[in-house]
Amino acid sequence: MTWDAETVKMLLEGIRDTLYMVLFSTLFGYVLGLPLGILLTVSDRDGIRPRPWLYRILDIVVNILRSVPFLILLILVIPLTRLLVGKSYGSTATIVPLTIAAAPFIARMVESSLKEVDKGVIEAAQSLGAGTRTIIFKVLIGEARTSLLVGVTISLGTILGYSAMAGVVGGGGLGDIAIRYGYYRYETGIMIVTVIVLVALVQILQAIGMMLAKVLDRRRV
Amino acid sequence: MAFIEIDHLEKTFTSKSGDTEALKDISFSIDKGEIFGVIGLSGAGKSTLVRCINLLEKPSGGRVIIDGKDMLALSERELKIVRRDIGMIFQHFNLLMQRTVLDNVCFPMEIAGVKKKEARVKALTYLEQVGLAEKAAAYPAQLSGGQKQRVAIARVLASKPRILLCDEATSALDPQTTQSILQLLKQINEKYSITMVVITHEMRVVEQICDRVAVLEYGKIVESGRTKDVFESPKTEAARRLIYTRDYNDIMSGGSGI
Ligand SMILES: Nc1ncnc2c1ncn2[C@@H]1O[C@H](COP(=O)(O)OP(=O)(O)OP(=O)(O)O)[C@@H](O)[C@H]1O
Ligand SMILES: [Mg+2]
Repeated sequence: MTWDAETVKMLLEGIRDTLYMVLFSTLFGYVLGLPLGILLTVSDRDGIRPRPWLYRILDIVVNILRSVPFLILLILVIPLTRLLVGKSYGSTATIVPLTIAAAPFIARMVESSLKEVDKGVIEAAQSLGAGTRTIIFKVLIGEARTSLLVGVTISLGTILGYSAMAGVVGGGGLGDIAIRYGYYRYETGIMIVTVIVLVALVQILQAIGMMLAKVLDRRRV
Repeated sequence: MAFIEIDHLEKTFTSKSGDTEALKDISFSIDKGEIFGVIGLSGAGKSTLVRCINLLEKPSGGRVIIDGKDMLALSERELKIVRRDIGMIFQHFNLLMQRTVLDNVCFPMEIAGVKKKEARVKALTYLEQVGLAEKAAAYPAQLSGGQKQRVAIARVLASKPRILLCDEATSALDPQTTQSILQLLKQINEKYSITMVVITHEMRVVEQICDRVAVLEYGKIVESGRTKDVFESPKTEAARRLIYTRDYNDIMSGGSGI
């Protein structure tokens, strides 16, 4: 095993690439998943704008996307990745399948967070003349903000896991390093260090997210 | 002409397990500035009735006419504006838990498009009126039930309603707190001449603040009249049962009804 500057540099680059993939995938995942989650919430039977047929369609689409195993998805979206990024390997390319895997997952989490909001509070807002937009942004999102933040934390952790999996097919980042050194070259040391770094990253993200959620929660005295 | 006119109102809930006729042929009218009570046992349809007035629930038949306007003929946009005229307070207060007391009171003004600075100043005066100015920076979770209801009242005042619907507004409160909230409501009624519809199963509440009362049973109004008359000589079995069990309940719970 070689613990020279080269190795350290490689690990640091791995961390950087992983964070790059995870943060952007989560961000894009929310760009798609947040509106989708809101739509799922308001269009459901007891939502503020019931559209049962729309809910049905979205529900099915989300379920289908969520049931495709990530490794299969990774391969299935290669044409789209090529179209968007110009190549199908490396960190930037991996953001495409990660986002597609994350969006429906995020939509479900957003949906469940928003549905936790007390019906009575929504009704009070309606009785004050609040429109759909006000209720979505000020009541649903405002009241569910801690739950939504916990959702972001869980998403980051899950996407980090997916990103490591993407390493198998040349996705870049820490997962890539773990596969190349640990699996192909039997450099167990580097693999273990990589895994420890991954675990540490999840822990740190989790801790920050939970702390923020707690600080922002005013329901408890 | 009557300020609020309920005309042959019907409401049927349809579900897989069958239809529920929650309101059957309800007609009555309320004058401006009046405090009108609706009493009835649990499940009688009181909440449904009051929710039909501001169209939180869509009636299945009949008309709701407020100040000459047919509520069911309004467009979505018009309805939102008319709703600002019809405030509502609830048994469980329904405050925004992630906002301070002050920001809760600002909420209706945000909806109405009042400038933030102006709204905050006004919100404080509404809080003063309910005696909670010193709690402006607190969060609802830090308040008692009575204080939460006061915030809800300040919030509803901020939308400058002409009508206030109270759905079991004191049912979650102890007898003393109930008294102070009733006093506050009475005060508001006099000061702003807000017309009030008070829904309750607590006879004391009706006795204390309602000018007139209607007795609701199984979705029908079986009796109505001046509070004093109905309480002194109830004509129907339903009214008698409610009014006479009041004394029993008072003994059991130390003076507040159930
Ligand atoms: N959304 C709904 N769907 C189906 N049935 C409903 C719905 N809301 C109310 N009901 C039914 O309508 C009837 C009247 O209910 P409502 O809530 O108006 O009674 P209430 O007099 O307010 O009772 P309580 O004193 O318990 O609040 C009940 O039989 C109830 O089950
Ligand atoms: Mg009720």
